[in-house]
Amino acid sequence: MMELYQGALPVKEIFDRWLDEHQESNYGAFIPFVGIIRDEDGIEALSFDIYEPILQSWFDKWQERAKERGAIIKMAHAVGDVPVHTTSYMSAVFSPKRRVALEMIDEFVEDFKANAPIWKYDVIDGKRIYAQDRSTPMDGSGLLGESL
Amino acid sequence: MILGQKMITIEFLGPIVKEDMHIDASTLADVAKILQSDDEVSGWLSKCAVALNDNIVSDLSIELKDGDRISLLPPVCGG
Repeated sequence: MMELYQGALPVKEIFDRWLDEHQESNYGAFIPFVGIIRDEDGIEALSFDIYEPILQSWFDKWQERAKERGAIIKMAHAVGDVPVHTTSYMSAVFSPKRRVALEMIDEFVEDFKANAPIWKYDVIDGKRIYAQDRSTPMDGSGLLGESL
Repeated sequence: MILGQKMITIEFLGPIVKEDMHIDASTLADVAKILQSDDEVSGWLSKCAVALNDNIVSDLSIELKDGDRISLLPPVCGG
């Protein structure tokens, strides 16, 4: 399941719940990734826009891939402003043995960065500034710019 | 409505500040032609992914139906 929250994620609550949900599932490995907003370049917060329908279908495809390997993926992301030193993103892989979860968390987080429809803004003096230089065109970008 | 006309909605996501457009188009190539001549969005086109009714597409020859919705997705950065 994918979870979206307004503002910073309640990290410990989510972490506890994920562990509780799978306490009896007989997974041998649980590998989480937690993304924390760093205090840098004078920002007060980062802010996020999400396009949920395509994020959901992107996530569902990953869940299918995980299932094929006997694993399960968890993900939570913030919408709106997330102050420095708080958390905007959590994901985790549960798998029967460690190797699948270690590999999959890496592949999943990298593809998340490249293809999840989420837009990041720096918040400086209360203003949202699109983080263009840190953003990546999604796979297949440029279709409508092709010469006709 | 004029017979044969297909009304297509185009929406701009994330940092592209532009109201939805409603245009008559038969293929994605028609949409490309219209957007390439729009100064407000033409600069974004080379960097945007394109979704048709929430599915990412990669072919300009795709035929459109009346009521279709096209979304432009600019460069992303989650996490």
